[in-house]
Amino acid sequence: MLGLPQASAEAPQTDALIAGLVAVSVAVLGLAFGLMLYYVIRYRHNSPIDRGKIADRTFGFEITWTTATLVIFFGLFVWGSVIYARMYNPPSNALKIYVVAKQWMWKIEHAGGQREIDTLHVPVNKPIELIMSSQDVIHDFFVPAFRLKRDVLPDQYETLWFRPDRIGSYHLFCSQLCGTGHAAMIGTVIVMSDPDYAKWLAQNGASDTLAQQGRQLFIRYGCDGCHGGNGTVRAPSLVGVYGSPVPLSDGTTVMADDRYIRDSILYPGKQIVASYTPIMPSFNGVLGEDDLLKLVAYIESLGAEKQP
Amino acid sequence: MSTAATVNERIAPAPRRPSYLTDGVTLKSWLLTTDHKRIAILYMISITFFFFLGGSAAALIRYNLIVPQGMIPSAETYNRLFTMHGVIMVWFFLVPSIPVTIGNFVVPLMIGARDLAFPKVNLLSWYLFIIAGTVALYALFFGGADTGWTFYAPYSTNYAQGNVALLVTAVFISGFSSIATGLNFIVTIHRLRAPGMTWFRMPIFLWSLYSTSVIMVLATPVLAITLLLVVFERIFHVGIFDPRIGGDPILFQHLFWFYSHPAVYIMILPGLGVISEIIPVFARKQLFGYKFIAWSSVAIAVIGFFVWGHHMFISGQSMYASIVFSMLSYFVAVPSAIKVFNWLGTMHKGYIHFDAPMLYALGFIGLFVMGGLTGLYLAALAADVHLHDTYFVIAHFHYIMVGGMVSAYFAALHFWWPKISGRTYPETIARAAALLMFLGFNITFFPQYILGYLGMPRRYHAYPPEFQVLNVFSSAGASILAAAYLMPLAYLIWSLLCGEPAPDNPWHAKGLEWQTPSPPFSNNFDVTPVVTEGRYDYPKPEVLQADG
Repeated sequence: MLGLPQASAEAPQTDALIAGLVAVSVAVLGLAFGLMLYYVIRYRHNSPIDRGKIADRTFGFEITWTTATLVIFFGLFVWGSVIYARMYNPPSNALKIYVVAKQWMWKIEHAGGQREIDTLHVPVNKPIELIMSSQDVIHDFFVPAFRLKRDVLPDQYETLWFRPDRIGSYHLFCSQLCGTGHAAMIGTVIVMSDPDYAKWLAQNGASDTLAQQGRQLFIRYGCDGCHGGNGTVRAPSLVGVYGSPVPLSDGTTVMADDRYIRDSILYPGKQIVASYTPIMPSFNGVLGEDDLLKLVAYIESLGAEKQP
Repeated sequence: MSTAATVNERIAPAPRRPSYLTDGVTLKSWLLTTDHKRIAILYMISITFFFFLGGSAAALIRYNLIVPQGMIPSAETYNRLFTMHGVIMVWFFLVPSIPVTIGNFVVPLMIGARDLAFPKVNLLSWYLFIIAGTVALYALFFGGADTGWTFYAPYSTNYAQGNVALLVTAVFISGFSSIATGLNFIVTIHRLRAPGMTWFRMPIFLWSLYSTSVIMVLATPVLAITLLLVVFERIFHVGIFDPRIGGDPILFQHLFWFYSHPAVYIMILPGLGVISEIIPVFARKQLFGYKFIAWSSVAIAVIGFFVWGHHMFISGQSMYASIVFSMLSYFVAVPSAIKVFNWLGTMHKGYIHFDAPMLYALGFIGLFVMGGLTGLYLAALAADVHLHDTYFVIAHFHYIMVGGMVSAYFAALHFWWPKISGRTYPETIARAAALLMFLGFNITFFPQYILGYLGMPRRYHAYPPEFQVLNVFSSAGASILAAAYLMPLAYLIWSLLCGEPAPDNPWHAKGLEWQTPSPPFSNNFDVTPVVTEGRYDYPKPEVLQADG
């Protein structure tokens, strides 16, 4: 609508909802303005027309328009919620890309180790899942052409997924006030065809993938001393952990996703794996968001090893 | 009309008795007054000052946005301007606006009381307001703040430069002024109603002020706590909101919106009450659906406490919480719709007069309906994901706050002006100002809906060039709007100095306040009036036809 491109599979759904809302608004506005104009002309004080009898009982009217309003509103609520719930559940085969926001730039890290700033290259027609975190204040990842936005919070992973379906370049805005350079925190999302994307990945390829970089960090920070399986200190092996349920010492179970892995590195005392003692030191303040996501990517790659 | 007769006869035979305006002319008699009418005047002068200050900041914002790279060279200056605009307009104009001026003036008159329940607390609330305003101005002009009026953490607590802590303190103090006013109104409405003034004979304006006061008393303390925590984290680095020191930034948003969403109703409910007063008077007809309008104010106040999460659909709150908040947000829109239908029902078969207050009220209905309808877009989850934090939101709440509330304020000011000042205002120019305001407002803010849909984020000092045309429209509209706001300032001052003396009841309205002289005496009523009929008991059309 209005010249704003629909560049994702979600955009037409949101546009349809907005068009529905416009239809309701126009109808109600027409009714309210129409009646208002009609009444002020017809019943102006010097109009001689016979007013006749006025309604004595108002209850029927009240119930009628209250019910009508409620029904229409409830329909709109359900419509909006259904699309929203879909936005919250990424497909399992989504391509993961990591986003770190900071005052005032977007840092993007691809699984293959490719890095970019203020641009995001994605292949067309593939579900993309962004795993986003902020290094300082709250930012917001907003791509109008996708009709999507999500706040990017410090010290937490927020995810956002979409399926771009139109090749082209689109605005990426920060839409949460983040300081002096807020309006300059603008980037570009470039949706490419599969061959172009493959070429771009190859041209910008780093020597190591994100997981390989994570493995180096895993060794450098001494993680493998305990989690490597041959140390003197007993710690859970991380092979096959990612994506599977982890039993905790308090009897609950948690799914080992990006958020859990990240939290376990920074706040190891928060969720203790059953039958282990909480002896791991916290890496809070030691590791930046860039390094963290590499470690998460590495542990994720260990998770894949177990799969048959 | 037995009430009117008894009151007027007792008051009338006292010629040249000083009115509240001339009863003591020294500065001290004003600054230490406990007369609710004089305090209303003190407030009126104060909030007019803040309105034009906040308006000037808005003018500079619109000036900056004429060109994509920004007319103001510094992004920091721009960020401070919109913070100043927001803080001043919200806490130093909109929240007090109608309650402390019109409300202060007419509440005792409407219920037949000599003053509010706690006259000294009323004066105290004005002094608190002035202290808060002074501290805020100091903070804004010396050091400034660039957090926006929402003070989102952790930006406000650990990253923003400037005088954030002091500004937050000013808002904290202003909260006590709100609470004092709210408390005073609640007690006054419960305890000081004249004999016969039952709850369901009360003017709708009092129902809306009562609901407003309940929100003020219940929600403002939460804001106070939140702001104290911000100051604590900022000064002592106690980890409350910033995750780097162990806090939770979403917690801030929950606390802030727990106040600030109900605060939206603090700002608009009094306006809804004013319109419910004005329409029956100028339609010369009984208010349609009195009880529904009365209870809808209470419903808005109650449901309004449970919708704050609709400000956080994209901020990381749980999906299920968002769905519940979305549904509740639709519910809170129902009572507002009920009011609009009832106003239309009131106009049906009336004898509609087009004096300036009615023109403002009609403008209010149009703009309020548009603002309300666009609220439905933002309550719809998937649509909000796209429209949140864009100019669509700016347009939406300005339609409610400026198109709605400021129009209602001007409607009320013109409606009760003869009573307050004892003078008439120039009717023709006032009608022209009302029309110009409607026109200027729409040119300013309608393009912003489209800008928002196209994706222009709010609080941007500079923007991509494709947004320029609509921004220029908006800025052009703003200059018309500015002229429309300056007109009442000029002709109302003229009216004070040179206006004709106003009759006691220029609009042939019902209600106790119109049975006092214009302007009223200091003690309002020498004898407590006895109320024997409802406020809106206009003769039925057939009767009028028969008479005339």
